[in-house]
Amino acid sequence: MAVREAEPVGSLQEVKEVGLDREDLLAIYRHMLLTRGIEERGHILYKQGKIPGSFYTGRGNEGAAVGVGTAMGPNDVGTPLHRDMGVHVTRGVEPWRVFAQYMGREGGPTGGRDGNVHMANAELGLHTMVSHLPAMLPVATGMALAFKIRGDRRVAVGWFGEGSAARGDAHESMNMAGVRQLPVVFVCDNNQWAYSTPTYLSYSVEHIADRAAAYGFEGVVVDGTDVLAVYREARRAIEKAREGGGPTLLECLTLRMEGHAVHDDAFYVPKEMFEQWAAQDPVERYRTWLHNHAGMTDDEESEITSAVKRILIEALDRADESPLPDPSSLAGGVFASFEDLDTPHHK
Amino acid sequence: MAEMTYIQAISDALRLEMRRDPRVFILGEDVGVYGGAFKVSLGFQEEFGPWRVIDTPLSETAIVGGATGAALMGLRPVAEMQFADFISCAWDQLVTVAAKQFFRGGTPVPIVVRLPSGGGFSGGPFHSQSPESSFAHIPGLKVVCPATPHDAKGLLASAIEDPNPVLFFEHKHLYRRIKGEVPEERYTVPFGFANVHRPGDDATIVTWGAMVHTATEAADELAKEGFEAEVLDLRTLIPWDKERVLEGVQRCSKVLVLHEDTRTGGFGAEIAATIAEEAFEHLDAPVIRVAAPDMPVPFSPPLEKAFIPQVADVVAALRDLAAY
Repeated sequence: MAVREAEPVGSLQEVKEVGLDREDLLAIYRHMLLTRGIEERGHILYKQGKIPGSFYTGRGNEGAAVGVGTAMGPNDVGTPLHRDMGVHVTRGVEPWRVFAQYMGREGGPTGGRDGNVHMANAELGLHTMVSHLPAMLPVATGMALAFKIRGDRRVAVGWFGEGSAARGDAHESMNMAGVRQLPVVFVCDNNQWAYSTPTYLSYSVEHIADRAAAYGFEGVVVDGTDVLAVYREARRAIEKAREGGGPTLLECLTLRMEGHAVHDDAFYVPKEMFEQWAAQDPVERYRTWLHNHAGMTDDEESEITSAVKRILIEALDRADESPLPDPSSLAGGVFASFEDLDTPHHK
Repeated sequence: MAEMTYIQAISDALRLEMRRDPRVFILGEDVGVYGGAFKVSLGFQEEFGPWRVIDTPLSETAIVGGATGAALMGLRPVAEMQFADFISCAWDQLVTVAAKQFFRGGTPVPIVVRLPSGGGFSGGPFHSQSPESSFAHIPGLKVVCPATPHDAKGLLASAIEDPNPVLFFEHKHLYRRIKGEVPEERYTVPFGFANVHRPGDDATIVTWGAMVHTATEAADELAKEGFEAEVLDLRTLIPWDKERVLEGVQRCSKVLVLHEDTRTGGFGAEIAATIAEEAFEHLDAPVIRVAAPDMPVPFSPPLEKAFIPQVADVVAALRDLAAY
């Protein structure tokens, strides 16, 4: 089973065939702008000294994250990573809660117990990542196992990077998912740099998706800057899993447009590489596509842009009003009580 | 009541939980057709089917991570490590993910990991360890170490019910050696309550797992000399019954802490430190620790016997305490 290299998405007709109407297309654009806007304002907050610890973004990965997030069904679940803010945004996280999370405030999804993108809302079907990548892949595989055992028509999506593909967790989960034909989609955010490590020092095959053949399922490589192509491929993989067709490894190829984290100026990435990938910036690329193929008018665009700005301004204010956690609450939350099991995702 | 071996009691608890709660399922290596390396789940696949008794690839990380994911989706997985020693392969999933997911995400992870542990039959360095202290040090994990068939059955039911990750250390050397009266119906033994395995007022021996039986033999030996030592079986290390231990210290004034795990940083150190902090004025003698030496578990019978605390070692320590 050779890896399949996905074609780019062209006409509006093609997009309609994969189930997106014009409303959806504009929502995707809004989610991409929100994603980028949250992270750009995060940078400002960081420089203002309002974000403790470090700060990570997914600049360059907005299309891949929003594309997969849009393809997930309402009851599907996932374990997005630190380049996948677009998944949180698409699933409906309130932006003020992201800022509150960045700043260690009570209103963040973890209430200050964890920071940066180590957050998720289980009620949105998302579960929070850990730093040890790709430790969430076995967890996503277990979610899919639960669906298979119960006969739920639900799918789990597990994210990893091309760097963490080198770790055993990736192998064990993909192998088990292949053996049991579980409804899970493995999404590789291949942004070509694992901190300072280039791809040729991380793996020796052409594509990470080549490995899918070793686990008995399909591998697909898609241009991660083409949000609609990502959507189409993710949708296909998710629906295939839902219908009992087993896992897919979907590799989204992008470039990490910033350093590993805010402290890292990425001096080791060749300048030409940045220039080349900047020319296919996912947000700009999609904006152009909407104008050329979906007839997005300037009025529509400015309406979306100003709505996003307004949301972000309000979100920053609301996050800033959220208090820092009370140190007297420190000891709580280590062990769950029986009442804590009474949550929607546990049913 | 029925007479059951320790391992029968574990099987019985697991079977009863699976019958009463359709969310409970087991996964592990060779747990299905083969019934598990120690036959705890023998016949389970016939009764519950292949999707509730899941044979996995040799993948401890995927077993524990998979259990975590399934628990987050509302199931109650019971994962089996073929030997407790192999939990090192799943350390990250337990310690990094399962133990911290509720703290960070507010999402409980109700999983049980069954861990056949302990030595005494020449299992060598990789099939004989008692790694409970390592996990007792990790906030977010509960640690259970039953010593009797009755407690094994009741504690396993509690473990499966518990909304947190629970490590269930089953001592392999007790599996078929220890029998006892066990109620046939389902019952639970709550976490955090020590059991007086043998009463006494002259010293209190704080211990758990297979060492409960070693301690009892030693105490019986000393009783012939008129020295009555209490054997306090902690049953669970996280949470541990500090109040009952301190009560024993106040009443007996002499304490021996005994475990099969190695000495340095063992859970006995935590107990001894707590006694020093909170009951110092009640002590008539220094707290004595009897534990395995700080080294891997050796293979050859005379070496292994010298490694694992024996009745004679406990008798000698009790004589020291008596004479102090």
